[in-house]
Amino acid sequence: MSSAVDSQLYRTSKEDRSKEIILSMEAIHKSFSGVQVLRNINLELHKGEVHALMGENGAGKSTLMKIMAGIYRPDSGRIIYKGEEMVWHNPLEARGKGISVIHQEISLSPNLTIGENILMGTKFPKNKLGLVQWDEIFKKTKIVLESIGSDLNPKLRVSELSVAQQQIVEIARALSFNSEVLIMDEPTASLTDKEIDKLFVIINDLREKGVAIVYISHRMDEIFKISDRCTILRDGQWISSHPIAETNPEQLVKQMVGRDLNDLFQKKFSPPVTPQGEPVLELIDVCDKGIVKNISLKIYPGEIVGLAGLVGAGRTELIRAIFGISKMTSGVIKLNGKPVNIKSPIEAMKHGIAHVPESRKEQGLFPNLSVKENMIMNQMHLYRKGGVLQYASMNAEIDKYMKDLGVRAASTEQNVMGLSGGNQQKIVIARWLSIGPKVLLLDEPTRGVDVGAKTEIHKIICELAEKGLAVLMVSSELPEILGVSDRILVMHEGKLKAELSKEEATQEKIMYFATGEIKK
Amino acid sequence: MNPNTQLSSGNSVSLKQKVLPVWNQLGMLIILILLCIIMAIFAPYFTEVNNVLNILKQSSITAILAAGMTVVILTGGIDLSVGSTLALSGVISVMLSNAGFPPLLAMLAGIGTGYLAGVINGYFTAVTKLPAFVVTLGSMTYLRGIAFVISGGLPLVLKNKFFIFFGAGSILGIPTPIYIMMVVYVIMFFVLKYTMFGRHVYAIGGNEEAARLTGIKVEKTLINVYSISGLMAGIAGVVMAGRVISGQPNAGVSFELDAIAAVILGGTSFVGGVGRIQGTIIGVLIMAVLSNGLTLLNVDFYWQMIVKGLVIVIAVLLDKLRN
Repeated sequence: MSSAVDSQLYRTSKEDRSKEIILSMEAIHKSFSGVQVLRNINLELHKGEVHALMGENGAGKSTLMKIMAGIYRPDSGRIIYKGEEMVWHNPLEARGKGISVIHQEISLSPNLTIGENILMGTKFPKNKLGLVQWDEIFKKTKIVLESIGSDLNPKLRVSELSVAQQQIVEIARALSFNSEVLIMDEPTASLTDKEIDKLFVIINDLREKGVAIVYISHRMDEIFKISDRCTILRDGQWISSHPIAETNPEQLVKQMVGRDLNDLFQKKFSPPVTPQGEPVLELIDVCDKGIVKNISLKIYPGEIVGLAGLVGAGRTELIRAIFGISKMTSGVIKLNGKPVNIKSPIEAMKHGIAHVPESRKEQGLFPNLSVKENMIMNQMHLYRKGGVLQYASMNAEIDKYMKDLGVRAASTEQNVMGLSGGNQQKIVIARWLSIGPKVLLLDEPTRGVDVGAKTEIHKIICELAEKGLAVLMVSSELPEILGVSDRILVMHEGKLKAELSKEEATQEKIMYFATGEIKK
Repeated sequence: MNPNTQLSSGNSVSLKQKVLPVWNQLGMLIILILLCIIMAIFAPYFTEVNNVLNILKQSSITAILAAGMTVVILTGGIDLSVGSTLALSGVISVMLSNAGFPPLLAMLAGIGTGYLAGVINGYFTAVTKLPAFVVTLGSMTYLRGIAFVISGGLPLVLKNKFFIFFGAGSILGIPTPIYIMMVVYVIMFFVLKYTMFGRHVYAIGGNEEAARLTGIKVEKTLINVYSISGLMAGIAGVVMAGRVISGQPNAGVSFELDAIAAVILGGTSFVGGVGRIQGTIIGVLIMAVLSNGLTLLNVDFYWQMIVKGLVIVIAVLLDKLRN
């Protein structure tokens, strides 16, 4: 009798609690250097719920969470926390009020103990002389760890822990600030199934205690297992929010990708549907020591193969293994039917492989050198006479690329950093064309490039393919993948999940495979 | 609102646009010239031919070290071992010369020793990827140790006239070290601007990751960079031995710091990728003019140290403001 009353009480209180709004964001706008990344976003977070935040790469999830946690300030809009409007000046302020973030990259100090890491950012217990009381640190943190069901010894160094254990330390740290809102950015990205189950037990427990959790993940099955409600963002805009029970994976995928393809570049010319002759590049069961697992693929001359997938699916890692930047642990790479052993970018270049890397600034450009030198850096040895560089003799070649690729620069002697992102990217592409490649590996070829230049780069890629180049293009932008590729491969967690022809591919299908299908 | 204010603001912009590039190109040269003018006014002896030659002669050793240091700092590295390398090269070349080897051969052996020391620094920095600071801090100590061990800790008096000529002689009234310094700078200018190696130095200093991905042989280039620094220290060691007519195991103590200061004064960035050899020679001359002029003005040596130290900090501060 009494137990029935209890359970009823419990249920009503739980329902009440789940309707109590702890934090809401209203009409949030944010732009970075003129590019609008968030437009009029609304988000309501209830006490004691797990709220899934979903969207493609670049949809604005991380930016929104950084605003919630005080890392960025919104251009306009309000954050209302516990009924009061808040303006965070820095993340410490937000954390002090009970909003903590567990970032995707673990941010612990590896050489300190678990106890120190958990209490980092708070005042350590001290004795009368002002010296740290170690016993007190370990006693305090032991209690925090036990409260989330962990038996980790706080005296251990963080560097001795597994990734999953480090994540538990991160959670414990967040809780030691008495967090009432906990933001978890892809917490399961590097965990095993067993570890994920353990994490979910902790999350469930926190929910029971009334903590509101924002859960960012790309994995559909997890979302449906753990979350109560979800919000979907696309291209910086709020699309929908609803209870998870009232939706299904297909609907979510549709809302995440539903974008107009009309105004984007479409490839016109296509090589024959059934490829002729020998593939230029063939991979057989390629693995690296990290994420890439048993990848096999073939690319024929004149073909553009799009490699789709979410961030962290192993696409860049695959490209790096092909180009000899990282080591393959097993598998074979064949060029024109012959197995090759590529151990460095220099060797890849000699085999006629070109690679336009993911991040222009960090991996592509030489910031203090001219447009000319940036373009010619691969082929400088061709412009020497008795060891002396003949700058004038480079001009013909440079002018050709400037014209062919439509690079807009005041002068070829101009510093490369003065150009727009699109023109910089064209220069990196030109550098690689100068080696006369047979295979072109493109990693996010139009990231950070304005729309006009995007179309121009797409045109360039297609023209190169028409001339017989085999292109493998990694892109996180589905319209780009769909517009430019002849064939589309989808990766998920290091494996190839699907191969789609241009005709059968849709944004929904790609997203379906990229999120790892649904375990039913 | 008011056309006049618009006009004046327009003027100030164009003035800034005109002044900035000139300052970027010639800032330190202007400071050097101003410094010379000030010295010439307050210390009339400053402009005498003998004094000018003396300044150049005294700065030649630092200048040669700084030429090698420029290349190292352009890649974002550092070489603390050049002072010790200078001592070891001097000791070895004097020992060989005194043992009856032909002077040219003895000098080449000294220079070769410096080169070898640089190759070892380069190997540890580029191939085993240890921090250059640590590698060259180590070699700074062990090279000095070797110099003491093989010399028995005592200065070795140099006997060969031809050898002495390279450090203490003169041609057409101009001391030999000045010629050597000029040849070194002309060659280094040429190497940095007109060879693939030189451009790869800038590329690696600007973006090592991009250089690697572009197929530049980063390790090989870096080994060559430290080898050049060692080579320069070797040349400086031989010239020094000739100038002081002895091989001294305790020669060149803290010369590496003078060289680094000159490179930084010359506008080469510690981050790598930015800088020119012309700037370095100006940096060397600023330091030399400063200490010569202050001495002529009877400024106490201890005060000179304070002034020189402040000049370095202010120069770097100006450089930062410029960017």
